[in-house]
Amino acid sequence: MEYDNKINHPQFIRNGKPVAFTPEVMKTVQTLIGRYPEGQQKSALLPILHIAQEELGGYLSVDIMDYVASLLGIQPIEVYEVATFYSMFYLDKMGKYVIEVCRTGPCAISGGDKIMEHLQEVLEIKPGETTHDGVFSLKEVECLGSCGTGPVMQVNTEFYEKLTPAKVDHLIEELREFATKDKPRDTKWVEKFC
Amino acid sequence: MGGKILLANIDIPGIRGFDVYRANGGYVSVEKALREMTPAQVGAEVTRSGLRGRGGAGFPTGLKWSFLDRKSDKPRYLVCNADESEPGTFKDRYLMHHLPHLLIEGLIISSYALGVNTCYIYIRGEFKYLVGILEKAIKEAHLNGFLGNRLLGTDFSLNIFAHPGAGAYICGEETALLESLEGKRGNPRIKPPFPAFKGLYGCPTVVNNVETLATVAPIISMGGEAYSKMGKGKSTGTKLISACGNINNPGVYEIELGLPVEEFIYAPEYCGGIANDKYLKAVIPGGSSVPILPADLILNTSKGERRLISYESLAEGDFETGSMLGSGGFIVYDEDACIVRNTWNLTHFYRHESCGQCSPCREGTGWMEKILYRIEHGKGRMQDIDLLVRVAKNIEGHTICPLGDAAAWPVASAIRHFRKEFEYHVEHPEEVKDIHHGSLKIETRSLMPESQTGIKYW
Ligand SMILES: Cc1cc2nc3c(=O)[nH]c(=O)nc-3n(C[C@H](O)[C@H](O)[C@H](O)COP(=O)(O)O)c2cc1C
Ligand code: SF4
Ligand code: FES
Repeated sequence: MEYDNKINHPQFIRNGKPVAFTPEVMKTVQTLIGRYPEGQQKSALLPILHIAQEELGGYLSVDIMDYVASLLGIQPIEVYEVATFYSMFYLDKMGKYVIEVCRTGPCAISGGDKIMEHLQEVLEIKPGETTHDGVFSLKEVECLGSCGTGPVMQVNTEFYEKLTPAKVDHLIEELREFATKDKPRDTKWVEKFC
Repeated sequence: MGGKILLANIDIPGIRGFDVYRANGGYVSVEKALREMTPAQVGAEVTRSGLRGRGGAGFPTGLKWSFLDRKSDKPRYLVCNADESEPGTFKDRYLMHHLPHLLIEGLIISSYALGVNTCYIYIRGEFKYLVGILEKAIKEAHLNGFLGNRLLGTDFSLNIFAHPGAGAYICGEETALLESLEGKRGNPRIKPPFPAFKGLYGCPTVVNNVETLATVAPIISMGGEAYSKMGKGKSTGTKLISACGNINNPGVYEIELGLPVEEFIYAPEYCGGIANDKYLKAVIPGGSSVPILPADLILNTSKGERRLISYESLAEGDFETGSMLGSGGFIVYDEDACIVRNTWNLTHFYRHESCGQCSPCREGTGWMEKILYRIEHGKGRMQDIDLLVRVAKNIEGHTICPLGDAAAWPVASAIRHFRKEFEYHVEHPEEVKDIHHGSLKIETRSLMPESQTGIKYW
């Protein structure tokens, strides 16, 4: 594919390492680009940013966004403006597990605000913050489309429903333990696309 | 419990996979449409069924399809709206999770009717796991000859792709969705031109909701005529209602349109009554954007007729005493719910999700949230209540897309029906200071015991 030649563009080097997808990931990325008509490669931006965020360190730094722009043959600003618009893209370093608690009406009346308070106590951080060990970030988000099983939260886009403080404690413990392991806990974005 | 057409097979183990789905009558409608019918006949059948958009606006699907610009020599697109972010709505997720092939079946038939060769399913990014489920189902359909080139030996070809969004409610609005699908910020476009003429990549495009498109499959199997006999009046067929809030059985229910609201709330096969034996206080019947109704007005219209779950009956009385069917997100509040707090909460949602293009929406939602926060926390003034009504009025109808209206209606309706509660907040700052305060047990006409309605079903 014509995009290949730009992979190791010298501009995208961070801490001495090139910013680039592995060849396997690149394959999926190219399949995704091929799903949109000629001249409309930009359409693949959102799916690719999801993959980039997950594969290249958990957030979208400027050099990652520049790299994605080069893959799609678009201007970096076109990536920046998109990355800042959507709430699932992070522009700062996040914890290994990003806990996103739904705060919207139906969850709130089924105890969502208590879950948020509980998490703040357990993790000793406020929404928008990351724990010192870099394991957890806490975020408040809007309706996750799971209102019948509230209160609900997502941990790296995995759903946890009908929460109670006890369930939360249990999960946090499990995640703390898992954080020491290398392999990711849930299926990655790239694996979702056949 | 007859009358289930979408969810009829949902309990069959393995129905998510192609083989089981096919063994239970799956894809028969595709064969029927492609082998026995012309595209125009499929369209006519959908028109005959009376199917109306299930995404919120309730626009007749057949009519929408008929607007598609067929003279243009550009490619046409079908985009399936699976952005489902309206608070209280979780039916599309349920459908795609359990019956991905039903959606694909509907997409194939619809694409055939519209002369579309590429179809995108725009799924909200938070439903990442559904992307995997749908991609797998698409692959299975390909392997079995129901997608790809020259389907079933006809000269019709179709590809379907799942496309994830990335967390923005506004991308559910059809033109914002198209922008987002093109890899841009989700800023709604000014209409006209409508997507039927200038949609995705400037080409003629139809955008339909997941449930709408899935329903096309059973319509073709049973025939439009038979489908139109279900339901009530112009609300034909069945609808998925996602019920949540203070009820015993939250979940997704397929109902035949025209079911009495009271039966839906209290019958054990549906919501099963209010949780913890409390009284019903209020309901938002169609997702958070539609007006909230107090118990007496949701159970009976102001004319004293039983309120039914249908496009017409829920809208009876317009905004004075009615609401809307919307997306079918049915949110139930019990006697302990604080309406002011809930209104503030929802306004926070709209402020957060406003794309910021139009000042009435961007500024207005911010102001409403601030004022509501003030009232909710015991710092409000009496004139704030009318100020809210004025701000809401100034947003409504003055914006590019309907998100502005969607933000204004909940506030206006909450004040219309629960003004006393707002006044009570202003008058009793000490009592409402604790943010966890429940209902203030003041007398509102809304606390209506079920026994007073005089109707029993269960
Ligand atoms: C702010 C806003 C959000 C919307 N969100 C959704 C949504 O999540 N899903 C959906 O199907 N329609 C949504 N709609 C409605 C769509 O714009 C569009 O009317 C619908 O997808 C058309 O499909 P239908 O005719 O099958 O209902 C939304 C509209 C607005 C104004
Ligand atoms: S009404 Fe709100 S969401 Fe819609 S275009 Fe205007 S600012 Fe954006
Ligand atoms: S309100 Fe929390 S998932 Fe919908």
